[in-house]
Amino acid sequence: MDRRDFMQFTGIGLAGLMLPGFGRAVAAETLLSTMDVGLKKAIADAALGAATSAGASYCDVRIGRYLNQFVITREDKVQNVVNTESLGVGIRVIANGTWGFAATSDLSTASVAAAARQAVAIAKANSKTQTAPVQLAKAPAMGEVSWKTPIVKNAMAVPIKEKAELLLAVNAAALKAGADYVNSMLFLVNEQKYFASTDGSYIDQDVHRIWAPMTVTAIDKTSGKFRSRDGLSSPMGMGYEYLDGSAAGKVMTPNGVVNYSSSYDMVEDAIASAKQAREKLTAPSVKPGKYDLVLDPSHLWLTIHESVGHPLELDRVLGYEANYAGTSFATMDKLKSHFKYGSDKVTIFADKLQPGSLGAVGYDDEGVKTKRWDLIKDGTLVNYQAIRDQVHLLGESESHGCCYADSWSSVQFQRMPNVSLAAGAAKLSVADMIKDVEKGIYIIGDGSFSIDQQRYNAQFGGQLFYEIKDGKIAGMIEDVAYQMRTPEFWNACSAICDASDYRLGGSFFDGKGQPGQVSAVSHGSSTARFNGINVINTARSLG
Amino acid sequence: MKLFTEAEARALLEKVIKLSVADECSATLTGSIDGNIRFALNNVSTSGIVNNNSLAVQVAFGKRTGVATINEFDDGALERVVRRAEDLARLAPENEEYMPMLGKQTYPATPTYAQATADITPEYRAQVAADSIAPCKAEKLVAAGFLSDGAGYYAFANSKGNFGFQRETNTNYTCTVRTEDGRGSGWVSRDVQDVSDFNAQDEIKIAIQKAKGSADAKALEPGKYTVILEPAAAAGLISFMLFGFDARQADEGRSFLSKKGGGNKIGEQVFDPRVTMYADPADPNAPVFPWDDDGLVRTRHPIIDKGKVAFLNYSRYWSKKQGKPEIAQPGNILMSGGTKSTAELVKGTQKGILVTRTWYIRMVDPQTVLLTGLTRDGTFYIENGEIKHPIKNFRFNESPVIMLNNVDELGKPVRIAGDESPFAMMIPPMKLRDFTFTSLSDAV
Repeated sequence: MDRRDFMQFTGIGLAGLMLPGFGRAVAAETLLSTMDVGLKKAIADAALGAATSAGASYCDVRIGRYLNQFVITREDKVQNVVNTESLGVGIRVIANGTWGFAATSDLSTASVAAAARQAVAIAKANSKTQTAPVQLAKAPAMGEVSWKTPIVKNAMAVPIKEKAELLLAVNAAALKAGADYVNSMLFLVNEQKYFASTDGSYIDQDVHRIWAPMTVTAIDKTSGKFRSRDGLSSPMGMGYEYLDGSAAGKVMTPNGVVNYSSSYDMVEDAIASAKQAREKLTAPSVKPGKYDLVLDPSHLWLTIHESVGHPLELDRVLGYEANYAGTSFATMDKLKSHFKYGSDKVTIFADKLQPGSLGAVGYDDEGVKTKRWDLIKDGTLVNYQAIRDQVHLLGESESHGCCYADSWSSVQFQRMPNVSLAAGAAKLSVADMIKDVEKGIYIIGDGSFSIDQQRYNAQFGGQLFYEIKDGKIAGMIEDVAYQMRTPEFWNACSAICDASDYRLGGSFFDGKGQPGQVSAVSHGSSTARFNGINVINTARSLG
Repeated sequence: MKLFTEAEARALLEKVIKLSVADECSATLTGSIDGNIRFALNNVSTSGIVNNNSLAVQVAFGKRTGVATINEFDDGALERVVRRAEDLARLAPENEEYMPMLGKQTYPATPTYAQATADITPEYRAQVAADSIAPCKAEKLVAAGFLSDGAGYYAFANSKGNFGFQRETNTNYTCTVRTEDGRGSGWVSRDVQDVSDFNAQDEIKIAIQKAKGSADAKALEPGKYTVILEPAAAAGLISFMLFGFDARQADEGRSFLSKKGGGNKIGEQVFDPRVTMYADPADPNAPVFPWDDDGLVRTRHPIIDKGKVAFLNYSRYWSKKQGKPEIAQPGNILMSGGTKSTAELVKGTQKGILVTRTWYIRMVDPQTVLLTGLTRDGTFYIENGEIKHPIKNFRFNESPVIMLNNVDELGKPVRIAGDESPFAMMIPPMKLRDFTFTSLSDAV
């Protein structure tokens, strides 16, 4: 995943000059501007016309303006404020039954038309070794339409000073509450995307995302031990209103840990982080063995992502990602044989619709109106994630609408939509769920994660671990990781809380493809219980 | 869009520096032509060429700094990018840790450029794909791979008279070969600076052999085993550990290299005495630019010397605060070893496990650098100096610090970069005792 590269990026000094992957740095006010739709349509029509004249049977044009803002702090210092912009056009065609792609940052109609002809030439050249022509599912003509993330407050419009002051207040609160070090940042995204195709669609979209991560560290100087606690926020498809910290957006666990859904109180979480990081320094180490795990949505999203989201990507299943991300255990014969992926309680759906989610858009990057569909129904595998040139393999005639490119210069391909665990139908609170657990561990927040290239064997850590004994939360423990085999894990799902506990988690940095592309995706769930899962102790001694 | 020559780059950078009214100004100009071809299911899936030049300008008014970048180079564009950086700097909060720009430095040239790589054509890339696919098809195997290559330059100048320019090339090839029934999988990776040193027809044989040899894998109980990690398998673990070689983190008490009671472990014996790593920008096998991100001149120096920690990265700010000399951050990691190949290490092994590749490595506990990950694409049981049979993949939970204290023997280092490591590295195959596998994976 590209998160590691990103974390290195955030530590930049002068090295930040090159801003790899995030485009060119711009002034803050640039982030508030938009391009005229009429101009975008004229550019798109130039490309569509040139491609068609050159022999393309299909063409789509994406004019993308990708804006990012980073505010990066540690303790009492603002380390960096960076604004970036990347603008250009990507043109994809089918000629001789084969895909071709070209992109340019020069938006003159002459340059765009030349790129369209280049894409056709590449398609024709590649068609010589093509063994089967592209079968593109029909996408209805949308005409001229638009979609916008339903934000309340555009984060790009909030003055940098206000953002820096918020983060410095967060850091001060953590230090005052016992932290030794704290890193916090804001990462704001606005994708202004215009899509046009020879199918007769002209789609203008304005997509916003926000992320406010922090890491709080506590140190015991005498023992040399250190422990960190990451913030419990999620990256969201929202505006700056996510940081309002309203009471309606909070969920309290039975043992008093505050979790967040539609609103984040960063200062409150910083104080809790400091106290909990310090508590971790002396928490007892877990005794390895089988435990019933009660997994909070702030943790479970990542397990869903790795063990359900990825193995059900159809291109992985078919072998197109074999050299990098890998293939999948969930092969297509399992679809036909009604593979029992999880217990009867497990229904997992894909969607590009959920309000506040990172995946929510009106239309995907090949002009298909987005929707919701089931992947696992009552425990049985029922579908995959597929796009226009794949759905015929599933015997379907319409794309699922989950095609995405991370830049105007990247080729769009199948990317994971939001993949979420449906809430339990019967009324069930977390407290009631825990009452039934004799020997268990309650895990909050995501931590270390690793899974094999076919998505069978995974290991997950977390942020906060609480031992459950005889139906009661006994106290914090440390050094916990669980190991699982995907089908056994989901078949061990014994209870799911009701919709009142449903929350989203997610990532800005789901990586896939060569050259690599990132994508932002959310995963929703209510707290769920998994019986008899293998827990290991991760403490080691370096002597 | 063509790449800039040294004279063109110098002229442009000097023009930019003159435009700025800030206290300090630096400008960095980079450009590259990057090509790639991707194939899967024995077919080419995508191929492309990206050509880009980019200018970044950083200015400082006192301790307020601003950065702006642009990829247009007419006079108006240059003026705009400088003014934009200045506007951002005036708005920025003071950065107490800002360090003044360096004066003129002398950078000895390093051999980072190979003309043969710069001359790669689309036809060459197509041939690499064809040379990978054809032998697989002939053996009823399925190939998926990626070749990426690039030729570019890096140039910079600042208002204190410093200037640097150097060209570089790179080529990275990976290919995964699977049996049609999905029961066997093999892999090969090769990273070269000079594409004359690369031959896909030879490399693909390794992946084919591993794919055929890894079918019908038997399960072995998880536990502690003697392992032979091929260089690519070891590199991922070592890279993770090297991210922790930061003086500030260690001095702050949040690193495995922190000393109890304060300070760091420079000079302490942390690894087996046979473990030596050093940096050398001019190493002919893994050359890197002669400057680091701050413009400091890179030199040859030990990082780990006979098991003792010899070097930690000090940022310019941290070295000043701690009263330490400014030393450039290494661009490559060269680990010493012996003369034996992986095959020769296998011959000398009574019982053990050969690991081709490690995968999805993540930090479990930064206190001990405990890492987890899995084996992939060829894991074999060794008995009496021979590979007896393929075994199912394992998940490991192991610290490279512990691993590098359990060294049995080190082989001959080979170049590793690209997918397997963010550093240019020379890494030997390693025979290690008591490597910890914690569970089995059914993945092939």
